[in-house]
Amino acid sequence: MATEILRQSTLPDPFRAGLSSGWKVVDASALTEDRTVEADVAIVGTGAGGGTAAEILTGAGLTVVMIEEGPLVTSSDFRMRESEAYPQLYQESAARKTKDKTINILQGRCVGGGTTVNWTSSFRTPVATLAYWASEYGLAGFDAADLAPWFEQAERRVNVISWPVEPNENNDALRRGARALGLSVGAIRRNVKGCWNIGYCGMGCPTNAKQSMLVTTIPAALTRGATLITRARAWAFEHANGRVMALDCLGLDARGTDPTPRRIRVRAKTFIASGGAIGSPALLKRSELPDPHDIVGKRTFLHPSLVSIARMPERIDGFSGAPQTIYSDHFLERASPGDPIGYKLEAAPLHPVLGATTLPGFGAAHARWMHELPHAHVAIALMRDGFHRESPGGRVELKSDGTPVLDYPLNDYLWDGARRALATMAEIQFAAGAREVMPVRPAAVSYTSWPEARDAIAALPLGPATANVVSAHVMGGCPLGPDSRRAVVDPSGRYRELENLYVFDGSLFPTSIGANPQLSIYAITAKLASGLAEKLALRPRS
Amino acid sequence: MKYGTRDRRTRAQALASPPPTSLRITRRTLLKAGVAGVAALVAARWLYTTVSAPSKTTTSDAPLDSNARAILAAIIPVILDGALPGGPDAAGARDEALAGAAQAIAGLPPAVRSELDQLFALLAFAPTRCIVAGLWSPWPDASRESIAAFLGRWRDSRFSLLRSAYEALHQIVLGAWYGNPRTWSAIGYPGPPSLAIG
Repeated sequence: MATEILRQSTLPDPFRAGLSSGWKVVDASALTEDRTVEADVAIVGTGAGGGTAAEILTGAGLTVVMIEEGPLVTSSDFRMRESEAYPQLYQESAARKTKDKTINILQGRCVGGGTTVNWTSSFRTPVATLAYWASEYGLAGFDAADLAPWFEQAERRVNVISWPVEPNENNDALRRGARALGLSVGAIRRNVKGCWNIGYCGMGCPTNAKQSMLVTTIPAALTRGATLITRARAWAFEHANGRVMALDCLGLDARGTDPTPRRIRVRAKTFIASGGAIGSPALLKRSELPDPHDIVGKRTFLHPSLVSIARMPERIDGFSGAPQTIYSDHFLERASPGDPIGYKLEAAPLHPVLGATTLPGFGAAHARWMHELPHAHVAIALMRDGFHRESPGGRVELKSDGTPVLDYPLNDYLWDGARRALATMAEIQFAAGAREVMPVRPAAVSYTSWPEARDAIAALPLGPATANVVSAHVMGGCPLGPDSRRAVVDPSGRYRELENLYVFDGSLFPTSIGANPQLSIYAITAKLASGLAEKLALRPRS
Repeated sequence: MKYGTRDRRTRAQALASPPPTSLRITRRTLLKAGVAGVAALVAARWLYTTVSAPSKTTTSDAPLDSNARAILAAIIPVILDGALPGGPDAAGARDEALAGAAQAIAGLPPAVRSELDQLFALLAFAPTRCIVAGLWSPWPDASRESIAAFLGRWRDSRFSLLRSAYEALHQIVLGAWYGNPRTWSAIGYPGPPSLAIG
């Protein structure tokens, strides 16, 4: 064990090197007194949106302070253990739930946010999604051609590449099964540089191959003199006369769960909310900002996802190798807005804790599947929510302690999609050679043939017994658009009701994306942040 | 309730307030309500606390109280049946499972810990244990079969509250157990790779 740690520490950790060169980083859990910080721009959150904005704004010569709720942990700390990674790097120990506790949400909470823990899947925003934003929401300037240069810039920045390595068995089985059924499949591009193909992306990349915000934009911003405050929860904006005056933050304890008595007051000329699609709406609501059309936090989307686990004759080793390299949009492309919901098919990695908590049932039935862990294949179906009147998404609310909860009721429109998705995944898995398939639903029933699975799944009543639902993508809640009745953020990214507040994160999206959202966030926030940088640089600095 | 900075003091006071009298209230109301209304009442009670303040709860450093430990100690051998080792390692493994579950709970946010406190309080209080969980013996005396039946009933319940309570127990016990490297060889998981260079 000691030898292993010693060996791990021989890998370079550029972030630690930067810290010793004098980067300004404050851990709010260690503060012994309250602090006041000033900057031209204050950015709440260091994920895909906040990281992108920090690099662009410091590049324009502005002073920036970043406020992050999670801890600063870097490659030397990433020991590839779920028991450490989930409590440390994810909201609510990777067990964040919707209000009725039906949906489990995986959401990052650390420096780099979701980009530090995501599975590196890089998709441009689907053209169909952008077209829907234009036709349904009148959003101009965000079509595929408008965004192309921003996608190119983002892809260069985080090194999005066609993955040259063969997919692992978990992804290959998805490809085999889908092809056998005549379904279209594609290869997933990844934002990695020198990836070792070990498969622990979700616990923080120990080799710095993943080009997350933690190794790209945030180091760039810190090198240009930005300040990073960690374990500080942005609590409320103070605002008067149509402007945000200051941001009040609570220090968190070292575990990151409980507030301490310490307060950090941030004064800036411009403020940016990049706390993600639960955090940003919650911050705006706590701040009691004007919201005349009652939009903030509504239409929050999740890509509600279903899981199907199969027992394969060969070893799959779903814990090993790049987690996501194959996808199928077959059932997404066939679904137009207004149709029954479409879904994207992907594989998901399988480590012991994620597997054990996802596998339904208990006792001997559960143990039997765990003993088959190396032979288990995991398919997921991500439903594209927000494109139908029966899919209005969820609503971010505040608990009485001011922390957020997402109320996302599932209705028959979504349960119908869940049932179809479970059937699709079972058919693919049997076509790939599965001996047994278990749609992940509370009853924990498995099937040994496709006809048996098909008939049983078709007979499932719609409702909570249909399926267990998970999410790894939170989007919407502060939609961007030209119509003030439907969008609280204008097309420049500015919160309509205040002069100097911007929202740069996945909460801008008027619907879900229909693909893993990181690249959509990078490109769209890069466009908006560049516009803001231009505007602020033109203004005389006092 | 407002969340502006001017309300800091109220909030701080709320965080520092003494333990709730919820159990006493529940007990009194229970006796009045009679059997029929109990499930709904308990559901309402827990739902209410689910969306209300983390008044007093276990701090992130404090261990679980003895009620919670007794409940988890009884549930663990049932949820982990087929996973726990037998023989001389059995008792130590159960202790590790319990310690892991306690640690997992300590890492959750205050509002969630508060909900779990409520859940354990309901399961510990004999009338609600009998009527809502359908478990007639105190936890240490309950048979494995009766605990398995209780878990199955909550899993398949038409009340989302009971289903979610089952899911919470499921996730905490199984997640904590399989996070422990000692459990990995039995399931064929080799553990993380060594990152030795050369």
